[in-house]
Amino acid sequence: MTKRTIIPFGPQHPVLPEPIHLDLVLEDEKVIQAIPSIGFIHRGLEKLVEKKDFIEFVYVAERICGICSFIHGMTYCIAIEEIMKIEVPERAQYLRTLWSELSRIHSHLLWLGLTADAFGFESLFMHTWRLREKILDIIEETTGGRVIFGSAMVGGVRRDIDNNTLRAIARKLRDYEAEIKEVTDVFLNDNSVKHRLIGVGILSRDKAYELGAVGPTLRASGVVSDSRKLGYAAYGKIDFTPITHADGDSYARCLVRVKELFQSIDIIEQVVSKMPEGPIEVKVNGTPNGEFFARTEQPRGEVIYYAKADGSRFLQRLRVRTPTFANIPALLNIIPGCSLADVPVLVLTIDPCISCTER
Amino acid sequence: MSFFVMTKTILKSLFSKPATEAYPFKPRTYPKYSRGSIAINTADCIFCGICARKCPTQALKVSRDAKNWEIDRLRCIACGACITVCPKKCLSMKNTYSAALTIKQKETFSNA
Repeated sequence: MTKRTIIPFGPQHPVLPEPIHLDLVLEDEKVIQAIPSIGFIHRGLEKLVEKKDFIEFVYVAERICGICSFIHGMTYCIAIEEIMKIEVPERAQYLRTLWSELSRIHSHLLWLGLTADAFGFESLFMHTWRLREKILDIIEETTGGRVIFGSAMVGGVRRDIDNNTLRAIARKLRDYEAEIKEVTDVFLNDNSVKHRLIGVGILSRDKAYELGAVGPTLRASGVVSDSRKLGYAAYGKIDFTPITHADGDSYARCLVRVKELFQSIDIIEQVVSKMPEGPIEVKVNGTPNGEFFARTEQPRGEVIYYAKADGSRFLQRLRVRTPTFANIPALLNIIPGCSLADVPVLVLTIDPCISCTER
Repeated sequence: MSFFVMTKTILKSLFSKPATEAYPFKPRTYPKYSRGSIAINTADCIFCGICARKCPTQALKVSRDAKNWEIDRLRCIACGACITVCPKKCLSMKNTYSAALTIKQKETFSNA
């Protein structure tokens, strides 16, 4: 019998942007089991609902994640608005859609860069992040922050974008599309990249469904599931088809994200062309009383906000189920059987966001 | 099988100017609406203290008697909540950041 070795992976590891720990049980070079432990950056943000009133808590919700900050804030707002039966103005709904898609583009570009870095393609990493910077510039021009948008609020959005700027954004994104394609073609066509991704970490359709994977990880295994189809914000009026792929390997997960980049650009164009005129916020009176599950699609998958209020200014309970938390079982399923050198790539293909997971 | 997929990108970047800015020599320009730091015009301020009550991080302290408006730049998250609630509109958002501090201290503005 081969001797078993246990190799600790993380919480501090060159490929990990955030701390997660895996104990890898090895037989020679082959990993036969991965035992996770999380909890290195728990911040107790859910408990803070007892200290910050329901309007102020948006600032905390936005800071749960540093990448999909806007969608976190928006989902919290949706939960509160549904409890309080607030009708959010059309224009605010469209602006929320626009900012959500900008977050998706910047998050997917970030992920592509990190993955390139994980399989040792540093120049590709730099190029993807060069493109991401341009998206961040658009975000900073329209919201005032590069990462924390600060534009979600209960009852609408905090800032408006004038129509000329909107059209300029759509034009700019069209221009960037060619540049993004140039870089993403390397991910999809280059032989050395394909060698690291194709057939690595296969997650079958049934397993993905059974383990409750979400987002691109689930769609890359062939399951059609996209919370944007629920029609929150303005997604109900936008025409798009969730992108899926049947293979379920690392390459499929990469392909789904690359295609989603271009889909997001399309969605933004539709948003700009359909943008209605009108107010961007409604006044919020009273306090919430009731409970609601809000579900939205983040770049990493579906996020669920459960909010329970009792009529006071402070919520009774807030629970956030983040996409990475749902994808960790899938990760533990794809690691056994791979070689040790593939573990960093596999960990990254689920697009882990540990600060989200531990809140 | 395809090789040298990146050649075009590499050649382009070889002959174009850097994507980054030569920072210390060329100052960084911020967009107009960048949320940098909070500024106050004490001449208009009535020291009502609404901003301090609405601040989500308790970074502001207002004293009505001494006519002092105090901000802890290390606590402030530049969210702009104080600007929205200010009745006299004497608070504003600057698009540049406040200077780095060597010791923890608050900045005081007064109209005494």
